[in-house]
Amino acid sequence: MRIPCPHCGERASEEFSYLGAADPVRPAADASAAEWHDYVYLRDNPAGVMREFWHHVHGCRRWLVVARDVRTHAISAAVDAGA
Amino acid sequence: MTRLRSGGLIDRDTHLRFSFDGRGYTGHPGDTLASALLANGVRLFGRSFKYHRPRGVLSAGPEEPNALVELRNGARREPNIPATVTELFDGLEASSQNRFPSLRFDLMAANALLSPLFPAGFYYKTFMWPASWWERVYEPLIRRAAGLGRAAAMPDPDGYEHAHLFCDVLVIGAGPAGLAAALAAGRSGARVVLCDADTRLGGTLLAEPDEVDGQPGAVWAQSVERMLRDCAEVRILTRTTVFGAYDHGTYAALERVADHKPHPAPGEPRQRVWRIVAKRVVLGAGAVERLVAFPGNDRPGVMLAGAVRCYLARYAVAPGGSVVVLSGGAEGWRTVAALARHGVPVAAVIDRRGEVPEPDAALARRIGARLFAGGRIAATRGSTGLHEVIVRDATGGTIPVAADLLAVAGGHNPQVQLACHLGGRPVWDEDRAAFLPPATLPPGMTVAGAAAGRYGLAECLRDGATLGSGAAAAAGFPNAPSPVPRAAGDAEAATSIWLMPGRKSFVDLQHDVTTDDIALAHREGFRAVEHMKRYTTHGMATDQGKSGGVLGMAMMATLTGRTMADTGTTLHRPPYTPVAIGALAGAHRGRHFRPIRRTPGHDWAAEQGASFIESGPWLRAQWFARAGETDWLQSVSREVLAVRSGVGVSDVSTLGKIELVGPDAGALLDFVYTNTMSTLPVGRVRYGIMLREDGFVLDDGTAARLEADRWVVTTTTANAPRVLAHMEFAHQVLRPSLRVAFVSVTDRWAQYAVAGPHARDVIAALLGVVHDVSDAAFPYMACGTFGDLRLFRISFSGELAYEVAAPARDGDALIRRIVQAGSAQGIVPYGLEALSVLRVEKGHPAGGELNGQTTARDLGLGRMLSQRKDFIGRALARRPALLDPMRPTLVGLVPVDKRTRLRAGAHLLPRGAPPRIEHDQGWITSVAFSPTLSHWIALGLLANGPARHGEVVRAYDPVRSGDAEVQVVAPCFIDPDGGRLRG
Repeated sequence: MRIPCPHCGERASEEFSYLGAADPVRPAADASAAEWHDYVYLRDNPAGVMREFWHHVHGCRRWLVVARDVRTHAISAAVDAGA
Repeated sequence: MTRLRSGGLIDRDTHLRFSFDGRGYTGHPGDTLASALLANGVRLFGRSFKYHRPRGVLSAGPEEPNALVELRNGARREPNIPATVTELFDGLEASSQNRFPSLRFDLMAANALLSPLFPAGFYYKTFMWPASWWERVYEPLIRRAAGLGRAAAMPDPDGYEHAHLFCDVLVIGAGPAGLAAALAAGRSGARVVLCDADTRLGGTLLAEPDEVDGQPGAVWAQSVERMLRDCAEVRILTRTTVFGAYDHGTYAALERVADHKPHPAPGEPRQRVWRIVAKRVVLGAGAVERLVAFPGNDRPGVMLAGAVRCYLARYAVAPGGSVVVLSGGAEGWRTVAALARHGVPVAAVIDRRGEVPEPDAALARRIGARLFAGGRIAATRGSTGLHEVIVRDATGGTIPVAADLLAVAGGHNPQVQLACHLGGRPVWDEDRAAFLPPATLPPGMTVAGAAAGRYGLAECLRDGATLGSGAAAAAGFPNAPSPVPRAAGDAEAATSIWLMPGRKSFVDLQHDVTTDDIALAHREGFRAVEHMKRYTTHGMATDQGKSGGVLGMAMMATLTGRTMADTGTTLHRPPYTPVAIGALAGAHRGRHFRPIRRTPGHDWAAEQGASFIESGPWLRAQWFARAGETDWLQSVSREVLAVRSGVGVSDVSTLGKIELVGPDAGALLDFVYTNTMSTLPVGRVRYGIMLREDGFVLDDGTAARLEADRWVVTTTTANAPRVLAHMEFAHQVLRPSLRVAFVSVTDRWAQYAVAGPHARDVIAALLGVVHDVSDAAFPYMACGTFGDLRLFRISFSGELAYEVAAPARDGDALIRRIVQAGSAQGIVPYGLEALSVLRVEKGHPAGGELNGQTTARDLGLGRMLSQRKDFIGRALARRPALLDPMRPTLVGLVPVDKRTRLRAGAHLLPRGAPPRIEHDQGWITSVAFSPTLSHWIALGLLANGPARHGEVVRAYDPVRSGDAEVQVVAPCFIDPDGGRLRG
């Protein structure tokens, strides 16, 4: 795969490490146990576009959010996770 | 000799000597091993995989299933190499495979008589009983009897490399379609890469008499090559097979850099794997000919019709002296014409069509060939080579025809593999009687010419020119339409012959799969093509069924009464042709698989006689044996006692170090550590632990505040990369507004621990009198900068201890200065083992305890979880299950009988309890022989451990016959009050 890093341009996927779904949002510190459980353990498994974290470990070392169709590997967007 | 008097793309003035099975022959540059052996009259090339049947040359390309040889000798011996693509060189040594004792007289040919024992799925059935015989009898027997070549038993002496290419248009295949495509794309100014597996460009143009733009095809190919070489942005890679298509325009290719030489030149790789990233791709891989299933279709002398034309025209070799041609249409008759043109007698032509067009019939009459319209092949005869074809004519009569070559024109298989590597399934086309590229191609790919089922020469050229300029335009290089190369001969009706009934009709020559095996698979229910493939191993040999694969599908379609479209074909996966593992590994081999990192103090440690051990990516000193010491434990114990009673020095450079700068550095550390760091004064160090968000411990280390906005934190050696990535996630994703920047400085600093009651004297001597390192000025957990040096008063050993760091370039000098400074105190270097003993004596958690399954509470560090702030892992660490006191929790353990050796991994059971899983209450995580206490000690995780100090439990280790009573104690064996480290 080739991942279009917003900082470094299109790079080979071996330069990146993968974390998983980028959609879950970290709950507030006082959120319920159920909300924390959802955040840490529950993930959707869509047959289609998934937003996921990739870390450009052998490049700019920025965490990216990459929108990738998990059926075709087609990448529709890649943005800095902090942007 | 069967070399023709003239013609061919060979250099007749140069003679190359080579050997096959020890016998010497000569050939010419331009020959392959197959063409040179055929020119020398050799027809028998090897024995087949299961039945040891004699086999010759079927094809003239990489699809070859039969003529596989072992190439070279010794460490360079390589098995299963198709002689048809082996470029001849002077001194080449080849030998036949799978024969015993000799190729001509093979005792194992008796396997053919036992063939009822070797049907499809034989290894699932025939050799099942008795079970105990499998390993001792059946498997060795099968391995001896069945097989192909032998791999070299020595390390490969040659080098392999990887390289990268980026281009606008990748053209795969340099036949007529590929050349036209490359020319059109190249003229646009696009960056073009043209790859072809062959040694020269032209593809089928090298084997056919057709003219292009008024020139012979091979001459036209040369002129195109010259034009392409004049294009600055065109790169031509010959001897290069594109073997895989991957995501986002990535292709893998194997360049055989030195396979055509006895051995690579000094510094030259044997092979090179290219990773090619292309915006657009034109696939012009062509088509390979299809075998026909008829009885005895594997006999040496049975050859694909196009291969016959190739040997005649390209290599000037007559592969036979009396030929029968099996034809289904124009393709077969083209072969008859080629044989006639080169003066090779044609004994008979069998045309499957009942009505043969008059021009073809006239050709047969002119050359005196018998014509069997509507005939088929009933059998072939011959021992180690064909000498007779039994023809069944249209009336059902059988007629023997003497012949030593049977040219088979069964149709074509477009080479669609690369178009399918991303998961597309080939589509059956009834008109062209072939599987064509899938509707959904890899993005950016178009398929030209024969690979798309368009076989006519003019069609290929037009296709290539159109798709080549289209690909360039799509990549941003629009150009004026370039002229389409002209040629005669347009689309012709595709013809196809599949099956002619009878036994020993092979559908997979390399794996010895016959139509009977397919029928058996059908009877036993393995009817889906993917099941049939695995049950019969059809198409699973190194040729991947390129010539015969589709026959199996056709046979299954016939048996099930389904169409070819409904039957389908198996999935294509990379590689297109075999790739040596060495080529895929490239330079990542042996020690280069993972580079070794050495600390700046490595040379010094080696001078001191250190034994080294790999620790993650690092090489660390394990201990420093002295003269007279015979046992590692002796050395380690001496080092430990030196630290406890005097002073020692140890290299701790491998610990991860992350330096943070910025006003919010403390806030970030508060978020990633469980305890509060931001309150730490400048010039102080604090121990901390990090959790994962699920509440389990990730790592531990120290945070030192060097300046108000400058911190350095340490990680364990093993977790350094992971902790950095974790902190980057915490900052960039979870707390992006924090004003802080940080970077790994692990390699930037050499760091040494100086530990023991005399440590302060050593540090004072090292720094000189201008710096005050008294306990008052530089107390426990202080840190500071002294010139180029950083000093931390932290202790892993439990003794008065410092860690002193210098820029890496000064690391070697620093360790020598420390030892110099400590000479009066008799400073002793100590290694990783002593470090480990010292920390077990103090009960500090390390690898065995920080195992990803322990919480802070499990490690006795529950009070370090701040109640006043959010931090990663806080919420889930408070889950009721993780607060259960029955969780295994850190304890110390000492053997009741002090002579007993303890071992990590032993399970802890209640005293006297039988060793059953319901009594399992924990395990020993770390052990050490404590020279301070003169007995073994251990750390362990024990259910409800802190409440059980004083209790005796059972340490049960059945794997190593260990079973001991141990007493539970606090996890600190030395100086529990910490007086020594504050000393």
